[in-house]
This record gives sequence, structure tokens and C-alpha cells, in this order.
Amino acid sequence: MTNKTDPSGDVRLTGIAKSYGAFTAVHPLDLTVPQGSFFALLGASGCGKTTTLRMIAGLEEPSAGTVFLGDQDVTALPPYKRPVNTVFQSYALFPHLDIFENVAFGLRRRGLKSVKKQVDEMLDLVQLGEQARKKPHQLSGGQQQRVAVARALINHPKVLLLDEPLGALDLKLRRQMQLELKRIQTEVGITFIHVTHDQEEAMTMADTVAVMNGGRVEQLGAPTDLYENPRTTFVANFLGTSNFIEAEVDSKSGEDIVLKAGGGKLVLPGARCSAPTSTGGRVLVGVRPEKISLSHADDAGEIPEGRNRITGRIADSSFIGVSTQYVVDSPVCSDFEVYAQNIDRDPRLVPGAEVVLHWNPAHTFGLDAAQDADAGVEEAV
Amino acid sequence: MSTLTEAPPPLAPEAPEPKPPKRTGRFTPYWLLLPGILWLLVFFALPMIYQASTSVQTGSLEEGYKVTWHFATYWDALSAYWPQFVRSVLYAGTATILCLLLGYPLAYLIAFRAGRWRNLIMILVIAPFFTSFLIRTLAWKTILADGGPVVGALNTLHVLDVTNWLGMTAGDRVLATPLAVVCGLTYNFLPFMILPLYTSLERIDGRLHEAAGDLYARPSTTFRKVTFPLSMPGVVSGTLLTFIPAAGDYVNADLLGSTDTRMVGNVIQTQFLRVLDYPTAAALSFILMAAILLMVTLYIRRSGTEDLV
Repeated sequence: MTNKTDPSGDVRLTGIAKSYGAFTAVHPLDLTVPQGSFFALLGASGCGKTTTLRMIAGLEEPSAGTVFLGDQDVTALPPYKRPVNTVFQSYALFPHLDIFENVAFGLRRRGLKSVKKQVDEMLDLVQLGEQARKKPHQLSGGQQQRVAVARALINHPKVLLLDEPLGALDLKLRRQMQLELKRIQTEVGITFIHVTHDQEEAMTMADTVAVMNGGRVEQLGAPTDLYENPRTTFVANFLGTSNFIEAEVDSKSGEDIVLKAGGGKLVLPGARCSAPTSTGGRVLVGVRPEKISLSHADDAGEIPEGRNRITGRIADSSFIGVSTQYVVDSPVCSDFEVYAQNIDRDPRLVPGAEVVLHWNPAHTFGLDAAQDADAGVEEAV
Repeated sequence: MSTLTEAPPPLAPEAPEPKPPKRTGRFTPYWLLLPGILWLLVFFALPMIYQASTSVQTGSLEEGYKVTWHFATYWDALSAYWPQFVRSVLYAGTATILCLLLGYPLAYLIAFRAGRWRNLIMILVIAPFFTSFLIRTLAWKTILADGGPVVGALNTLHVLDVTNWLGMTAGDRVLATPLAVVCGLTYNFLPFMILPLYTSLERIDGRLHEAAGDLYARPSTTFRKVTFPLSMPGVVSGTLLTFIPAAGDYVNADLLGSTDTRMVGNVIQTQFLRVLDYPTAAALSFILMAAILLMVTLYIRRSGTEDLV
């Protein structure tokens, strides 16, 4: 439908910032969203993600910086002159108009006379053809949400902005709508910029995720990249869960860095360390809970050579069906989280048991030890 | 996570069967309605029936009145006083339109733009109610006095030329003209317009304005297609609350008008209190009520506000 290499649909923000009096909602920000991509702005409430979105829509005037849509500078344009449409949080459907007229609103404002065919097609796309003559309040939350998407998409905007569009739906419906939105985006090929505080939502739907914190973009990348290679503790904790061990750089062997932590040694691939690594320097060693294997201390001899290992005692375990989540108390980290798939359950792994945690060194990442290891833990959902 | 590992709460088979709900509460709603119904019965229904019977009585004050089913009183009253009826509708209608034109922008301002001044402006709107209706209307006598600053200004601005041409003023006088009565009505009923307008405007979700702007509606179009339609319940109740009492009002015409500006309210008042022709006064009251009911019904049908949320 649209040419994906055409740069005329790129959204470019250069030095965009917003302050309200003394409070800075968004610090000067540069961001390029390529044409045709599904882009997510992810962050906790108050991180500036919605403000950024509203500046693209023209609903908020930036204190500084420029908004480009393709080559056009739209910073000074009012919302009704921008080729951009928004799906609002809690939808903002017009209560006095039926579904058909809600969807036709944008077309009619642009002076189109015969809108019926387009509206019918759009309502079919979101599977609401039957509901055309109902009023918004007669529809369920999920249906209203689809009307809001249809009402925006029918205008073929260069960019569709979605402001927490699934926030008001229950979990099951939310999962369903995530796939639905992804399907629609693939079908129409329009650039989607999606604001959400739900990391799972961002990761399922978006090609690129920008994690925002305190009015700044902490890290930007593909979901897998963000998850596997977080560059700050905030990103590591906000996207999923991470365990951190404070360690000291001991030596370097080839591509790898050898670290000392609590009497033991850990290996970290040099490429996965975003902190300076001079000998004697301190590094936060991170590892995701699902990468770790758990062996009873009696079986320590069976653990293959070359794996990072840590000893500890199981403090707590929760069985959640597909997996069991353990909290392990170890000398280097007091609450080490481990997720073990329930394939072969070892009956000895109960709270109080002495265990060895071990993982492939390739799954280790290193961060600057100067930051708070718990950043982003509170904010994560 | 703890909730997942918790043991399920123990079942309590020994718990007694819940008793069926007591039936004694069935009549509670009717008991609660009773005072209101009694009040309406004594102070509304009975007087209405009494007036209805009065309107079909004949006789005189000295001999007493008897019900003779003399419906001709209605026709006589209407043919004698139709100019006052027409005048009432005209004056009340003009005052209602003026109230809407003055009140809508003000209500809009309070609802969307006033910010922290909102409460202060609301108090100012209601403030006139702290003084008596009569005193406020008398004050207008001074405001519109011959040779006063208001009349002088209107004269200088040639507004009086226009109103003279419209037949609303005569010469360089404002007092004792239709204009004065309409001004008084507009002033006195303006808060009844502003309050419902404000209530319905205030209920409109601000994001609807943003959504309209986002969907290519310029601000004027947003007002026409979103704000105004959504404020229709306020417009309808505001115009009704203004028009209905204004059509039956006699104080403004009495204090600010002349014999040429008498409204049907003045006629009813005179018939009841001065001429003591009770059947005619009662008949006039019923005609006025029927006329207003008819107009209101047509108006509400026309404005189609039933399916507005």
C-alpha cells in the first residue's frame, strides 16, 4: 500500500523539549521514526512519553525543537492541519454521533461528499460493520477501541499516534487487541507510534522500542536487543527482571572480561559490557532469571566447565504452572531470582536447600556500577 | 505471586443457609414518596382543580359564583386579551434569545477558560439572587431613567434609532417601552439560562475537542459539530427555564413598562386582584398554561435531545 523506503513518512524530532514552568516534562530529544514502522514509547507514568506523542500530534506546543513529518516542518501547524491522527486514551468518541459518523468525521471535515464506501470498508477492517448505526455508549470497551482506531486510520494519516490505547481493557482483551493492532498495522503499512507503560505490550507489538525515563530516552532498539543488552539498570529492570552482582574487574582473556565477585570468578563477554573496564574497576554484572540453571549443591560436580556459577540457599519458591520462580539468597546478591521451566522438577529444590546457580557466560551483561541497581523496579508493571 | 501459592480458603459447610431477604422493605419506596405526593396533591392538584372549576363558573362577587359549565369564558378571554398573549410570547421569546446570546459565551468561558476564576465567576452569576427580585427590577428603573447615562449613550450610538424603527422604543425614551420590559426580563432570567448551559458544557470531555482538532476540524467547526450539539440539553433546559417564567411574568411589565406593554401576566393579576373577575382570570391562566405546554412540546420534539447522553 505504501512504499516502505519512501522517507516522506519519517517522523523526525530534533531537540524537542517541553517544560511546564520549572518542571521539565521532556528534555531535548532527538528521535527518528522510520516510515512504516511500529514504534513504541515505553515508560512509567510521568516519564514524558505522552507529552512527546502530543507534541507530534500538535496538541502540545514544544518549548524548543522541531517536529518534521518527512521534509515538512510541522512544529507551528495546529493539529487540524497535520497529516497525523491519534487514537486517544479512553477513545474520546463523539457521544452524539453514531459509529458511522464517528468514523466519517475526518473525511467529512476534509470536504469529502461520498464517504459511505470508505467508512464501510474501514468498519469491515475492524470487524464492526454490523454496529454502524449504534451510539458509542452501546458498544463494549473493545469495540469502542476499534472504532477509535478506525476513525483515525480512515484518514490515511502519515503517522498514527496511539496514546495508551489498550489501557482501559482487561488483560485478555488487551492481548487480543495487541495482535489485532499489529495485524492492522501490517495491512495498512502506516507508521504507528504507540505510547504504553506495559513492557510486554511494547515488546509484542513494536519493531522498535524507546524506553523513556524522567523525560529522556534511556535506550532505543528492537525489543530483543533491549531485553538482551540493556545499557542501564533502569532498562534492565523495567523490561523484565534482572539480577545484579557488583563485581571487580580482575583481568581480560581475549574477548572476555574476568571479574571477581564474593570470592568466585565470573566471565563476561567484552562486547556486552557498556561500562569502562579498567582492571580494579567496578562493574554491575547482570543476568536474566530465565537464563540461570539451578542445581542442588550435591550435584555441583556435574555442572559443565566454563559456566558462571554462584552458590546460595533457596529462600523462597513459587510454583506458577509453566515454571517455578525461586528466590535465592547468595553472598553476592541477597535476592537472586531464578525462573526454572517445569520439565524435570528436582524434589530437593525447596526453601532452605543449598544450591549452585550457573549460566552460560554469553548471557551475562555488564553495566556501569555507578548507577542504582534497583532503578526501574518500582515503575515496572 | 504469593496469592498463587496460598492455600484455598477452607470451605465452611457448617455456615447457615442465607435467609431469604425480608419482605418488609417492599413498601419503603412508597412511604418515601408519600410526603412529596401529599404536598403535590394539596398544593398543586387541588388548586388546579379549584381553578378549573372557577374558570367555568358564572355569577358576580355579590351573588357568588356557581359552576355553570360556561366554557364561553375561555373564548371571551382569548378574544379580549389576545394582544397581551402575543406580546407575552414575543417579549419572552426575545428575552430568551437575548439570554442565550449573552449566556452561552459566558457559560462557555466559565466551563472551559476560567481556570481558577471559575468559582468566583459562578458566584457573580448567582449573586443577584441575594437581593429581592423586586428591588433589582426597581433598580432598572433608575438605570433606564429618562436623560440618564444609559439612554444618553444609546442615543449617541444611534441604537435608539434602530430600536425606534423596530417599534421597541419611542422617541428618546427607554423606560415604559417594550425594550425596557425585554431588558428587565433578560436581566432577571439570565442566571436560569447560564446555570444549565454551564452544567452541560462543563460535562463535555475536553478530549473531544482535541479529537475533533485531530480529525481536521478547525476550532469553529469543532464548536459547530461537537461542542454545540453536546450542549443541546443545556440549551433546551436553559431556554425553557427562561421562557416559561418570562411568559407568565408581570413584574417587569408592571415596573418597567406602560399600559402599552401589558403582558398576559398583568391581565391575570388585574382580573384576580382588581377587577375580581375570577372566572376570566382562571380561564386566562389555563389558556396560558396550555399554550406554553404546546410550545414546549413542539420545541422539545424539534430539538431532538431525547437521545443525547
